[in-house]
Amino acid sequence: MELNKYQQELFEKQRPVIEKFGKRTWGWSIFFLLWILLGGYALYLQISKGHGITGMRDNVVWGLYIANFIFFIGISYAGAVISGILHILKVEWRKPIIRIAEMITVIATIIGPVYILLCVGRLDRLHHLILYPRLQSPITWDVLAISTYFTGSVIFLYLALIKDFAIYRDAKLNIPKWKQKMYKILAIGYRGTPSQKRHIRISTNLMAIMIIPLAIIVHSVLSWIFGMTLRPGWHSTIFGPYFVLAAIYSGTGVLIMSMWVYRRMYKLNSHLTDKHFIYLGYIMMVLGAAYGYFTFSEYLTDWFSSQKWDSEVIEKIFNPAKYGWWFLFSNVAGIIIPVLIVALPATRKPNFIALASFFMVLALWVKRYLIIVPTLESPLLPMQDTRMEYVKYSATWVEWALTFAGIATFFLFFTLASKFVTIIPISEFGDKEKQVVPGPVADKEKELATV
Amino acid sequence: MDEESIERVLILFNPPYSVAMKEDQITDKGRRDFLKTAAVATIATAACGSLACSCSSKNASAGQKVKLLSPDGELVEIDSAYLNYQEHMAIVSKLEARQGIAGKKFVMVVDLSRCKNARKCVSACQKWHYRPEETEWLTVKLMQDSDKSAPYWFPKQCFHCDNPPCVKVCPVDATFKRQDGLVLIDNERCIGCKFCMAACPYSTRVFNWNEPEIPDVIQGQSYSAETGVPAKVGTVEKCDFCPDRTREGLLPPCVEACPNGVFYFGDENEDTVSNGDETLSFTQLIKDRAAYRFMEELGTKPRVYYLPPKDRQFPVERGYENLPDKLKDRFRDVMENKTHSEE
Repeated sequence: MELNKYQQELFEKQRPVIEKFGKRTWGWSIFFLLWILLGGYALYLQISKGHGITGMRDNVVWGLYIANFIFFIGISYAGAVISGILHILKVEWRKPIIRIAEMITVIATIIGPVYILLCVGRLDRLHHLILYPRLQSPITWDVLAISTYFTGSVIFLYLALIKDFAIYRDAKLNIPKWKQKMYKILAIGYRGTPSQKRHIRISTNLMAIMIIPLAIIVHSVLSWIFGMTLRPGWHSTIFGPYFVLAAIYSGTGVLIMSMWVYRRMYKLNSHLTDKHFIYLGYIMMVLGAAYGYFTFSEYLTDWFSSQKWDSEVIEKIFNPAKYGWWFLFSNVAGIIIPVLIVALPATRKPNFIALASFFMVLALWVKRYLIIVPTLESPLLPMQDTRMEYVKYSATWVEWALTFAGIATFFLFFTLASKFVTIIPISEFGDKEKQVVPGPVADKEKELATV
Repeated sequence: MDEESIERVLILFNPPYSVAMKEDQITDKGRRDFLKTAAVATIATAACGSLACSCSSKNASAGQKVKLLSPDGELVEIDSAYLNYQEHMAIVSKLEARQGIAGKKFVMVVDLSRCKNARKCVSACQKWHYRPEETEWLTVKLMQDSDKSAPYWFPKQCFHCDNPPCVKVCPVDATFKRQDGLVLIDNERCIGCKFCMAACPYSTRVFNWNEPEIPDVIQGQSYSAETGVPAKVGTVEKCDFCPDRTREGLLPPCVEACPNGVFYFGDENEDTVSNGDETLSFTQLIKDRAAYRFMEELGTKPRVYYLPPKDRQFPVERGYENLPDKLKDRFRDVMENKTHSEE
C-alpha cells in the first residue's frame, strides 16, 4: 500500500504505539486485570452461593446490573449514531474520530449484555432462550436486537479497518510474527484496486445507513422492558425516544472523554484538534438540551397529574431524604453543566468540555439507577415487610465489584485494541483532491462549488 | 398402546399412589379389561419421571391385589402392600400440566368481612408447599384505602389473571396460562430473569435467591408444574391454586385451613364455590355481595374476587393484638395511623 505524505506522517506518529507494549501499558493492563479478577471472584460467589449475596430481593428484582446494562448499551451509541450519521452526512472532520467511536460501540456492546446475564438466576439454562423462545417477550426482542446490532457494529468497524490492516501488513512493522500474520489475514488481500475500493465504499455506506435504525431499535426495545410493564415511573410512552436520546447523549460524552485521553496519552494534538472537541461539544449541547426537555416533560406530567402511584415514585425521587440529591445531581451535571459549558465561549475549551462530559456520563449512570430502583421500591401493594433488605435496595460489594470489573474490562479492551490498530485511521486520509469521495453528495458539492 | 391414550387413562385413574417393587414381582394380566377395573393406580415411575418412594408397609393390607397400569400400558396386578401414598406425586405429564384440567375454570372469592388475620391460611400454604416461614405465597396485608377509611385485612394470593402481565413478558414460556384459568410456573424451564416479577403489579412472585432447603419428605421427588415442589434456586415461584389437589377434587389448603371461611374456591363453569362449610352459587355470591376485583383498572382481569369488608365479623384489632412483634411491625404504620385519626 502506497502512503501519501500525510498518511506517512500520521502512521509514523502512531507506529510506536502498535509496535511496543510499553511498561506503562503493562502497568495499566495489570491494574485493569486485577479489577476484573476481583469481579471474577464476585461472579464465582454469586454463581456458587446464589443471588442472595447481591442486594436484589423480591421487590427490587433488578439493581446495579440493569443500570450498567442500559449504561453500556447507551455509550455504544458513540459509534453507531455519531459515526454513522457523520458518515452519511459526509462530514470531513469525522475521519480522525471514527475509529475511537466505533471501538467504543463494539466494546460497550460486548460488555453491556454481560450485565443482563448477571441478573439471570439460571445461567445454565440460557439455551432455553433459543429452545423455547417467545416472541411476545421484550427480552426476546432484546436478544434479537442486540445480537443484530452487535454484528452490524462489528462489520461497520471492520469495514473501516480493512484498508488500515493492509497498510500495517505492508509497512514492515517491527512486530511479532503472529501479529504480522493477523494483519495479513484481516486485510483479506486488500490491494487498493478500484473495484476493492468501490466495494468497501458501498458496504460502508450501507452499514452506516443500517446501523442507525438498528441502534434506535436496540435502545427502544431496551426501554420497553420497563415501558411494557404496569409499573409507575416505567409505564411511559416516551420511554423509547427518551432512552434512545439519552443513549446518544452519553455516547457522545464517552467519545469526547476517550478523545481527550488519547490526545494526551499519544500526543495527537495535530489530529484530534480543538475543533473536534468543539464540534462534538455542539452535538453534545443539542442532545443535552433535548434530553433535558424529555426529562422535564416526563417528570412534569407525572408530578402535575399526580396519580397515586406516580406520586409515590415522584415523592421518592424528589425527596432529599431519599433520592432527591441524586436526582438533582443527575440533572445539574447531566443537563445544565454540559449545555452551559459548551454554550459559553469562555468555557468552550477541550479540557472543560471533557470534564463536563465526564460528569455528564456519571450523571446519566445515576439517572439509569433512578429509573430502575425507585420504581421497584414502590410496588402497588403496600410492602408491609420487616426485612429491611426487601424494602430498600442497597447494592452489595459483589455488585459493585462486578460494576467496576465491567468498567475495567472496557478500559482493558480499549488499551489492547489501541495496541493492535491505530486509534486514528490512516487510510481515511487520501490526497487533498482525492479526499472528496465521488458520489451523489460529492457531485453536488462540486456543482455548488462551480456555481 | 400409544402414549396419548396412556395419558388419558392416567387422568381417569389418578390416585396419587406410587409403587416400589421390582418388575418381576408384578403379575401381568392382559391389558384389555383394564377399563372395567375401578381401582387402577398408576406405576408412575416412568410415566411421570422418577419418584422418591421407599418400600414401606404403612398401609399394608397384604394379600389384596390391586390392578395397575404400567408405563408401557400394560395392566398389572400387584399386592397393595407395595403401594405408597404420596402427597406431591407428579400425576400428570408435563404436557398435561401445561394444558390444565379440561372443562374447568377455577375462581376464588375472598370474603374480606370475615378475615381477622388469623394467618392459618399462610401457614397451611407454607406447610403444603414445604416453604419456609419467610416465603409467603399467600400473604395478608393490612389495607387502608384512604386516610379516613377503616383498615381491613386483605389476604392476597396470585390472582391468576386472565390477561396476565407476567405471562406476556416471559421469554421462555416458563410461566403460562392454562385452559382452566391457572397461571403456573415451570421451574425447570425458568431462567430466572425475574422479568415476570417486575411485570406483576401485585408483587405476587417470589424468587429463590439462595439454595432452598428441601425437607427429606420431598427430597429427590420429581418436579411438576402442578405440584410446585421441590423448589429450585434461581427460579421464580408463586401461589398456584394447588392444581394437584383440585385435580382430586380437594380444596386448596388455605381454603380448608381458614377458621372463618374467608376463601371460597370453585369452578366458574359449574358456577359453584365452596369454603369447605358451605357451597354457593358463584354468580349469586358476587352479585349479592357486590364483589370486586382488585385494581380492575389495570386490565389484568384477575380470577380472584373480593367481597367488600362490610358488616365485619371482627374488629380489625383482633388480627393485630395477638401477633408476635415481628409481624406487628409490618402493620404498625397503618394501625397507629388509624388510632391517630380516631382521636
